[in-house]
Amino acid sequence: MHSLAFNQIIGYVIICFGILFDFFGVLGLLRLPDVYNRLQAATKCVTFGSAGILIGVFIYSGFTPTGFKAILCTVFILLTSPVSAHAIAKAAHNSGIEMAEETIVDHYLEDMNNEPTEDK
Amino acid sequence: MKTFKWFIGLIIIVTLFILNFFVFFQEIDFSYKLINVLLFCSLFILMRVVKGPSVADRIVAIDILGVLIIGICALLSIALERSYYIDIGIAWGLQSFIGAMALAKFLEGRSLDA
Repeated sequence: MHSLAFNQIIGYVIICFGILFDFFGVLGLLRLPDVYNRLQAATKCVTFGSAGILIGVFIYSGFTPTGFKAILCTVFILLTSPVSAHAIAKAAHNSGIEMAEETIVDHYLEDMNNEPTEDK
Repeated sequence: MKTFKWFIGLIIIVTLFILNFFVFFQEIDFSYKLINVLLFCSLFILMRVVKGPSVADRIVAIDILGVLIIGICALLSIALERSYYIDIGIAWGLQSFIGAMALAKFLEGRSLDA
């Protein structure tokens, strides 16, 4: 293994941090009991996992075309992934997928059943 | 029984970690080992796609699989020293976003133009 520069070592550290978050998110996707819990664990794959990997690639490669494309891709997935996660959660709730047995509160269903309050 | 299953899974994961980082692949670059970890995570996601009890589980799993593939493309671009592998990641992310939005609307029961 050839000797690394200082920014390459920092980049590898941030990439390893992102891969650790990816692994934990996938473990949550396997282990948690419910669609909504799995969605909450799996969204951590985006905001710390793959965005961390792309920022590490930017620090590793510096101001090269690879680095600029990595920053562009980071902004793109940080904008689009919460939108798709929110749409999937709303669609799963509206199509009547049941929650886990341990669930104690469902504010979204209460807001849909009650009439909207005008004075706050 | 539940503790026993946890123990088996922990032994398998630690064994694969040691085999990946300290036994095999000693003569190749370090970034290929990180790609191996992400491919192993993709195998976990495919398990969720196969046995997910509802449709929303499968949609979530496919969405997260796209995000992991963006990370694999970024690591490939620094392993092979080519800059155009991240373009594949950007295109894959765009397709995954459009697919997830369309599947969510289809699951909710609405048509695509409403």
